[in-house]
Amino acid sequence: MPPVFGVLFDGVAYGMLLFMLSVGLSVTLGMMNFVNLAHGSFAMLGGYVTVTLMNSLGWPFFATLPVAFIAAALCSVVLERLFFRRFYHASDLEQCLLTIGIVFVSIATAAYIYGTINQPVQLPGYLRGSINFAGVNFGVYRMFLIGIALLITIVLVFTIETTRFGAQVRAAVNNQRMARGLGINVDRLFAITFALGCGLAGLGGALAIEIVGLDPSFALTYLIYVLIVVSVGGLGSIWGSFAAAMLLGISDTAGKYYVPAIGAFLIYLVMIVLLMWRPSGLFGKR
Amino acid sequence: MTSAGLTASLSPVQYLQAQVRWRWSEIVFWLATLLPFVLTPSYLVLASQIAITALFALSLDLILGYSGIVSLGHAAYFGVGAYTAGLLSQAGWGEPLTGLAVAAVAAGLFGYVTSFVVARFRHLALIMITLGIGLVMQEAANSANWITGGSDGLQGIRTWPLFGRIKFDLYGYTAYGYALAGLFLIFLVARRLIHSPFGLALRGIRENSARMPAIGAPIHAHIRTVYTIAAIIAGIAGALLAQTTETVSLESLGFQRSADVLVMLIVGGTGRLYGGLVGAAVYMVARDQLSGLNPQYWYFWIGLLLIAVVMLLPNGLLGGLSTLARRLRASS
Repeated sequence: MPPVFGVLFDGVAYGMLLFMLSVGLSVTLGMMNFVNLAHGSFAMLGGYVTVTLMNSLGWPFFATLPVAFIAAALCSVVLERLFFRRFYHASDLEQCLLTIGIVFVSIATAAYIYGTINQPVQLPGYLRGSINFAGVNFGVYRMFLIGIALLITIVLVFTIETTRFGAQVRAAVNNQRMARGLGINVDRLFAITFALGCGLAGLGGALAIEIVGLDPSFALTYLIYVLIVVSVGGLGSIWGSFAAAMLLGISDTAGKYYVPAIGAFLIYLVMIVLLMWRPSGLFGKR
Repeated sequence: MTSAGLTASLSPVQYLQAQVRWRWSEIVFWLATLLPFVLTPSYLVLASQIAITALFALSLDLILGYSGIVSLGHAAYFGVGAYTAGLLSQAGWGEPLTGLAVAAVAAGLFGYVTSFVVARFRHLALIMITLGIGLVMQEAANSANWITGGSDGLQGIRTWPLFGRIKFDLYGYTAYGYALAGLFLIFLVARRLIHSPFGLALRGIRENSARMPAIGAPIHAHIRTVYTIAAIIAGIAGALLAQTTETVSLESLGFQRSADVLVMLIVGGTGRLYGGLVGAAVYMVARDQLSGLNPQYWYFWIGLLLIAVVMLLPNGLLGGLSTLARRLRASS
């Protein structure tokens, strides 16, 4: 049986990853109530950008990360202009269908270009291996991942809590109509937030390859985890997403180590029970 | 709704009676379902699967199209029905009609229990809850492999002859007849249900769930009722598939099946009795014809189709057809 600290460490790293993948969706869903099931596709796009740049063009790992972010953000702007914009006032069902259509197309496209096999990445040497501390092995890459995610969390919280842009975002999430009435350009704000959120998902997708692998089913598999984080954490709440991602990451990792027979069963059950207890999520206000 | 002009001049009872009357197009539709027996006898196995899938889509239409409950986990009830019928047969009782009844009861019970959860939610939480129920059932069936056979599926299902006489043949004559009869009978029930005051109340809930309680409709009780009925129908569809194919696999309650049936219903048109039927036929025939393609690429076209339908034909194929018919009538 693995030591508790090791499991906890892996769980935290996994939770950080889930947080990066889902925080963008949480904010955009809270602002526009737009159910974007294609969020996982943007993460997948970021992953494939990194794989292509590293394996075909020989870029170093670090240089590919900003490109993954920008590619996913740009792609999200294009899709937002072309499709999503017309569906802000449509029903949940239509939003779901449109975005799931995009998921299907993205999965098929990825399978067409890259095949259905898992894509490998060769990490630089200083990110491989592990450090032994007090009898527990800490993977270097996981420490790096936790560091990056913490940095992003701090920047995000700082932006949302202290800047003018952040205040506008909070206002729009709390009451979109009132924010419009006060002269905030919510549509532009939303487009920017959407692009940033999808960019973060792309970065998360690039960082996820080493931990969970990358194949075309990524968009659908991680969509489910992302949706769990968002709905349990509460729409539009950064801390809610953070807490929910940690909870999910640790319980999923612990479950896989200690009771592998149950598998993912526990996660879904926990989600249903939590939602029954608080339908708008742990930190949700509506 | 399309019949808004009618309602103004008719009393509620007359309106419902006018809706219940059989139209020529409907009679032609059901007669046409008999054509595969003579025209395409080599495709009867496919035809029986279309009939079963159409029944499943009809059950989703009751909750999604008529009551506005978006479900991403409807295959859970299909799977409960399929596994119940399969396990019963594996245990040595392969009589089809009683098998159907037991499966319907099992799926109905599960639907009734879960309906208490489902009726409380709306919007994203509802989608997540139904998705969660579907995933829990899939994982449960996968983990309990001493009962379900896990990813290998149930082995050793034998369906006895229908009424003790008519054997299930290799070409699917019995299978199609059996599935079609099941579809038709349940369609009659659903049709009656939709054109009853209860059916009108459901549409009221779909259109405005805040206003219905204000005029005295118990919306949670209504949603629980229709959800249980839909679960029963889905269970029967699952049992029909288990009995006619004599296999049950994990795929019968997977997310893919929930998503597929949603796509069929959307393509055909939600909130119309024939939407799911037409959608299932179009989808299954297209998949059969294009089965040479890699399944990955098949989903490319399904994705494009979904986007196109949502952007261009919000009411599905049937909705588009009826708009076209109305325009033609207006211009002539």
